[in-house]
Amino acid sequence: MAKKVLMKGNEAIGEAAIHAGCQCFFGYPITPQTEVAAYMSRRMPQVGRVFLQAESEVAAINMVYGASGAGVRVMTSSSSPGISLKSEGISYIAGAELPCVIINIVRGGPGLGGIQPAQSDYFQATKGGGHGDYRMVVYAPSSVQELVDLVQEAFDVADQYRNPVMVMGDGMLGQMMEPVEFKERQTTRNLPEKTWAANGLRGRQNHNVINSLFLKPEELEAHNRKLQAKYAEIEKNEVKYELYNFDGEVDLAIVSYGTLARICKNAIKMLEKEGIKVGLIRPITLWPYPKKAFDEVMDKVKVGFISIEMSEGQMVEDVKLSVNGRKPVFFYGRSGGMVPTPAEIAKKIKEIVGGAK
Amino acid sequence: MPHQEIIFAGFGGQGILSMGKFLAHAGLEENLNVSWFPSYGPEMRGGTSNCSVIVSDEPIGAPLVTDATAVVVMNRPSLDKFERYVVKGGLLIIDSDLVNREPERTDIEVIKIPAQRIAEEVGSKKIANMVLLGALVEKTKIVSMESLLKALKEHGKEQFYELNKKALERGAEFAK
Repeated sequence: MAKKVLMKGNEAIGEAAIHAGCQCFFGYPITPQTEVAAYMSRRMPQVGRVFLQAESEVAAINMVYGASGAGVRVMTSSSSPGISLKSEGISYIAGAELPCVIINIVRGGPGLGGIQPAQSDYFQATKGGGHGDYRMVVYAPSSVQELVDLVQEAFDVADQYRNPVMVMGDGMLGQMMEPVEFKERQTTRNLPEKTWAANGLRGRQNHNVINSLFLKPEELEAHNRKLQAKYAEIEKNEVKYELYNFDGEVDLAIVSYGTLARICKNAIKMLEKEGIKVGLIRPITLWPYPKKAFDEVMDKVKVGFISIEMSEGQMVEDVKLSVNGRKPVFFYGRSGGMVPTPAEIAKKIKEIVGGAK
Repeated sequence: MPHQEIIFAGFGGQGILSMGKFLAHAGLEENLNVSWFPSYGPEMRGGTSNCSVIVSDEPIGAPLVTDATAVVVMNRPSLDKFERYVVKGGLLIIDSDLVNREPERTDIEVIKIPAQRIAEEVGSKKIANMVLLGALVEKTKIVSMESLLKALKEHGKEQFYELNKKALERGAEFAK
């Protein structure tokens, strides 16, 4: 076992990417993720790889597009307004079926918003952001260790499906230090050779072409159908979630992700002492959404589900789709950088459970 | 002690974040769960600075501390802001050379340390933070002094080790 080291989330992202064989990092500073770029600017040259601070987020994502098209592992990182700028490029990358890893250390919005932790980019990450019928895998780690593990996994998943993968954390996860271990990992995935890369002829007869333009409707629809089949495969294989405290019946089930899910666990412990039993579904992939987790616990849930978010209510829509009318769905959210305390969450849950009893 | 949540607060430049870091490293040294979370808002730019540290034998929930088992303050605004964060029966450590008011709470334990003067006696006012950290560790037993010194050796600047060590020991002595 490797020794545990104490690391800031943002710096751990950089080290995890290096361990995963990331060859190029293109970024642009923005709080609260600037330490990712700062760390990469120091470390990437040490290991003989490329760090480049682009002139803008738009430039950075297009550098990612180019590097990925050339067949190397590549990452970029930003925070909410920066991801908005990158969204056009992400759509192109998805359209051209290129693998890459995108980090979003989310801050409050809309607009320039604030710099404190938030989860208000859920829609942007899971429902598009960019244009067109595309999907990207979105991981939502809740600890620095999970962040490290998922960044490494993200590179493999991106390569396996030739698709962008996002790792989304909030400002808290980026800024906090926790012990992490960089495990010697071996992928169990069968990663295809990048025979599609535009990296020279290499004995082939024809040039490889990286493209997202299909002017003939028949061709574009066929391309879309092919993408959809790939997304269906991802939905089948890549769903990740944690179920917490579901041994036996629960009064209520919380659905929460990221660092907020940890705060919810504290609330659950507080409520336990007062005789209220609450379970937690923690989606680890926000897309594909862990619908089956709801089926698994449905019969154990007495009152219903509550989506707890650092937003004004985004994931709650997926919770409703997953519950599909079988039980009531409630919502509690703070936004703008306000982080709910365990006591606040416990109070809200007591209101709901008390009202139902 | 199994689970403690600490807030360190003061001005930027006083070594507030480092106090927290050394404590977190020491906790890791003892194989405990630790988290360190800094203030990163606009207030850190030339203003007040603070960090939350949790050391626990259980998995850590929120890294942000709102119910602190101990608070260490190195200026008046920090006392004004964080005095109410201390849990009943908790500990408040004040640099009495820099804070010009008495705490209002009567349901907590208060230690007032002339940390600037002690640090100056040791060699430099810059290590007043270490005096306070020494007192915190002595009083709360959150980690052993041995682990703290090990953390200091591994993660602090080598040329300041002896000086820092002395400051920690003087703080611990004061709190005994």
